[in-house]
Amino acid sequence: MSFIGRQLGFAYGLHEASFEFPNNGLITIAGPNGAGKSTLLGILAGLRSPYRGSCMFAGREVRQWPKREFARKVAFLPQSVRMEFPFSVEEVVLMGRTPYASGWFQTAEDRSAAEESMTTTDTLAFRGRDFRTLSGGEAQRVILASALTQRPEALLLDEPATHLDLRHQLSLYRLLVELAKSLLVVAVTHDLNLALRFSNRVMLLEDGRIAGDGTPVEVLTPALIARVFGVQATLHDKWLTYEA
Amino acid sequence: MKRSVLLSAAVLVMVVIIAPLLGSSHIELGRAFAGISPDHEIFFYARLPRVILALLGGAALSVTGVLFQCMLRDPLAEPYTLGVSSGASVGAVIAICLGWRATGVASLVGAALVLLIVLGMAVEGRRLSSFTLLLTGVTMNSMAFAVILFLHNLASFSQSFAISRWLMGGLDAVEYSTLAWLAVVVVAASALAMAYAPQWNLLAVGDDWASSRGVSTVRLTAMGYIAGSVLTGLVTSLTGPIGFVGLIVPHALRLKLGADHRVLLPCAFLLGGAFLVACDTLSRTVIAPTEIPVGVLTALCGGPFFLWLLKSRRRSLWL
Repeated sequence: MSFIGRQLGFAYGLHEASFEFPNNGLITIAGPNGAGKSTLLGILAGLRSPYRGSCMFAGREVRQWPKREFARKVAFLPQSVRMEFPFSVEEVVLMGRTPYASGWFQTAEDRSAAEESMTTTDTLAFRGRDFRTLSGGEAQRVILASALTQRPEALLLDEPATHLDLRHQLSLYRLLVELAKSLLVVAVTHDLNLALRFSNRVMLLEDGRIAGDGTPVEVLTPALIARVFGVQATLHDKWLTYEA
Repeated sequence: MKRSVLLSAAVLVMVVIIAPLLGSSHIELGRAFAGISPDHEIFFYARLPRVILALLGGAALSVTGVLFQCMLRDPLAEPYTLGVSSGASVGAVIAICLGWRATGVASLVGAALVLLIVLGMAVEGRRLSSFTLLLTGVTMNSMAFAVILFLHNLASFSQSFAISRWLMGGLDAVEYSTLAWLAVVVVAASALAMAYAPQWNLLAVGDDWASSRGVSTVRLTAMGYIAGSVLTGLVTSLTGPIGFVGLIVPHALRLKLGADHRVLLPCAFLLGGAFLVACDTLSRTVIAPTEIPVGVLTALCGGPFFLWLLKSRRRSLWL
């Protein structure tokens, strides 16, 4: 087990959530606005504390992990990055090596790790470009490359597909499925169809509590969607349609 | 990377060698070193200390500008954004109004008080909010400005003149012992900031970004604020506020060198120093024997140069 939550809560937005996450697979967290998705992800990433209850990663309480060591195991992708300064794509990717760095200069290993994750995310072609000139889809892949450069065991993504067009949404999720074969991928999403189609497991949150947790077809039923979102949904084979 | 730093160092060395030779009266270097009057006095007691003060001041303000822009993630931030220099100004203005001679000491006390107040406001438990830091600093600036206006209003004619001169900022020859202290602090604080250059890169992107990659953001932000404030407070107490250097040198360098703080911080130190030495030399010589306040020159010379840089946008130090 990688993450184990017991009666996990936060000052706002999360109450008594209990769950166990395996070492690999793609888990999506869905739910209405304010249901506690990002709060939960932030706690898993070690960015929200103090939390109530317990949240263990690899047998150790998240808040007790030394930051650098934790960053070699768990990588977090924010929804978007607002870049004020002219960092190049390669510099942004290399920032993922910080938890391994022992000094001021990058090592050959740092550069090869960066190269490898740029290859995986198909970003090598614009390694020299100013990050601020990238399109939304390119930027998202570069942020993913930076997280992969941490060589993590768990990858946490906050609404990774929000700023992407249809084609990029699908290719991102295909990449996540590929990555999820060897590491745990947890993604917050608003798109139930992406969750239904690509994830191994869906966790549905409602008012800070877990309303459903299981395989996509178990959880994303029209009945539960109606209760949690207040929307009429119909399931056609593997796609959901909604009526207002 | 190495080339940019070496080139900056070469520029600084060149400027520092030429600057003390220029001035309203002609001197010969041989006579100055032989101890012949007045060349000796002009070189060693009027010009050289002033060049060193400009060098340290420009370096300190530029390094602080880089740090504050980075940790506040605000391109408009500068050394004066977070209030310390306003505190220094209030201290100096109070000293002038009360007829104290130690304006430098009074302004140091003012700077230190503001530093403590702002830090006290922004620290909540074990957190530190750069947003609160920014708002507190800006508020302290407004309050300090109000106090200065009030005192200026009460001041006598000669005091009022002294206040205006102080607020314009300017470089004067100071004692070598003072310069030695300043050099120790400026070099130490800048070296400390440079040691954390890789971490500054991450903080420049965002708090969560840095934190999720193992950087202790609270400690780093606090360190940046204290180092920058000590640099700014100390320099301001000796020179008064000198605008533009701490805002524009960092931006000019980012346009040319990119945002990597491992290059940016050393180059800001070297070229910030060189820039202020050059401006001060111009201020002494252009309409000699009258001096132009150096703050006027930093903006008048640096402004057009920066606009040209903004337009050209080539990523190399070679123009």
